[in-house]
Amino acid sequence: MSRTIRYAVKLSAFLTFGILLFIIGYILFRGLPYLTQSLFSMKYTSENVSMLPSIITTVMLVFLTLLVATPIGIFTGFYLIEYAKKGNKLVELIRIATETLSGIPSIVYGLFGMLFFVIRLGFQYSLLAGTLTAGIMILPLIIRSTEEALLSVDDSLREASFGLGAGKLRTIFRVVLPVAMPGILSGIILSIGRVVGETAALMFTLGTSTKVPNALLHSGASGRTLALHMYMLSSEGMHVNESYATGVILLIIVLLINGLSTFISNKLTKGR
Amino acid sequence: MKTKSYEGFMKGIFILSALMSIVSIILICFFIFAGGVPFIAEYGLKEFLLGTQWKPSNKPPSYGILPMILGSVYVTMGAMVLGVPIGILTATYLAKFCNGKLYKVLKPCVNLMSGIPSIVYGFFALTLIVPIMKEIFGGNGMSIATSSVLLGIMILPTIIGMSEASIRAVPQSYYEGSVALGATHERTIMSVILPAARSGILSSVILGVGRAIGETMAVILVAGNQPRMPKGLFKGVRTMTTNIVMEMAYAADVHREALIATAVVLFVFILIINGIFLIVKRRGAN
Repeated sequence: MSRTIRYAVKLSAFLTFGILLFIIGYILFRGLPYLTQSLFSMKYTSENVSMLPSIITTVMLVFLTLLVATPIGIFTGFYLIEYAKKGNKLVELIRIATETLSGIPSIVYGLFGMLFFVIRLGFQYSLLAGTLTAGIMILPLIIRSTEEALLSVDDSLREASFGLGAGKLRTIFRVVLPVAMPGILSGIILSIGRVVGETAALMFTLGTSTKVPNALLHSGASGRTLALHMYMLSSEGMHVNESYATGVILLIIVLLINGLSTFISNKLTKGR
Repeated sequence: MKTKSYEGFMKGIFILSALMSIVSIILICFFIFAGGVPFIAEYGLKEFLLGTQWKPSNKPPSYGILPMILGSVYVTMGAMVLGVPIGILTATYLAKFCNGKLYKVLKPCVNLMSGIPSIVYGFFALTLIVPIMKEIFGGNGMSIATSSVLLGIMILPTIIGMSEASIRAVPQSYYEGSVALGATHERTIMSVILPAARSGILSSVILGVGRAIGETMAVILVAGNQPRMPKGLFKGVRTMTTNIVMEMAYAADVHREALIATAVVLFVFILIINGIFLIVKRRGAN
């Protein structure tokens, strides 16, 4: 009996990590040989299916999304942890809201973004519509990591700061935030990964244009991120090898992001 | 005096920021429901939910989404059958069987697994699992079974992450007590630790259901997407999520409203799942 359990547990773990390794290995194996220079041409044509425009679009989108969502997320964390009193009704409501937000599937975000930003506010398929949609999507992630990071800061630090005559705001920005920064940062990095990998929410907000957006909204503001580019390529089914190559780049970005986040949170635990 | 008003001002900003998530959720609910509910009211809730025909281009068109509801449910159930046992056992391995050094490598792997974009999973399944399924079971390889395998893999990190945390949260004294009574390491884990962690494990499974039912871009590549009643495990199927993406690009007027109404149904499913999740979590915390 004991032996069966041990084998079942080990077999499951082996399967899980085996599958992960296999997927990564398989994508690299099939994609690396096709990483040609023409895939990085400045201009996309239906022959070279260049991914460079979509990489640039991805960077723009990630930057703008963080610009919008990071302050709101961190400030929410400040309010929840540093200001709100225990048993506050508003806090309870905000918790339910963020938890619901984190459970909403990305296609629903996409439809909402289309109905609200693209149609109602008249943004059309645009960088701004994509940014705001993705921003709402990563908000719960940033709020949660900020909350956890703030909670882990020792209360004696706050008391010492107050004792020295510093105000609440000064204490938060000068004492609490620097200590909590690594935790917040690793949450931000994870949300970068979320935006990079997103497809369904961006398809009907950012659109799927092959050009780099040259405006925030209205015409010319549509683009496609790398993940969206890979989806378009693979659903057309014409460029299987190029899809693999795109997958390789996507995978490398995700590996880097995850590595960085792990590195930072390891540093955090070591410091204690 | 000046600093005091500044303090108040910033506090206001913080509260305003905190309200953003509530505003967002209200906006999302409003726009999704306002876009879809009028259609459902006009077409008839029963005809919409229980209609077996999805034929938007017929005259008159029929918009029954029962095939897609069943599609989503079957695919999700399949994913659970495969993903839940493997996920929970892997979590057990991480929490109770592997040594510290190995854990330092494996834990980031779980995070990496949840970081891999769904399109990469989908493309992998399209180019590898689909041909294998085609070879073994015939047909074109795009089916409920293929989607279940794919989703079963994709929900693993969700289930592992939360289950592992709840297994670790079980007090060490439980373990020691059981071992002192003569139970083996394995027996203790199966009959003492896992039952003690059950509410956390259950939450992880509910979270996994939500992920599976909401997944879109990976499933669309391997499900076949035929809008008909599911015919068997190895036949193609369309889910609610893929129904939206497949037709949204060219849908207009009533057809578009019908797609938004599909999202309403999906959204209600998700809200129910979320509600159950919150209840289980709260109950576990007490």
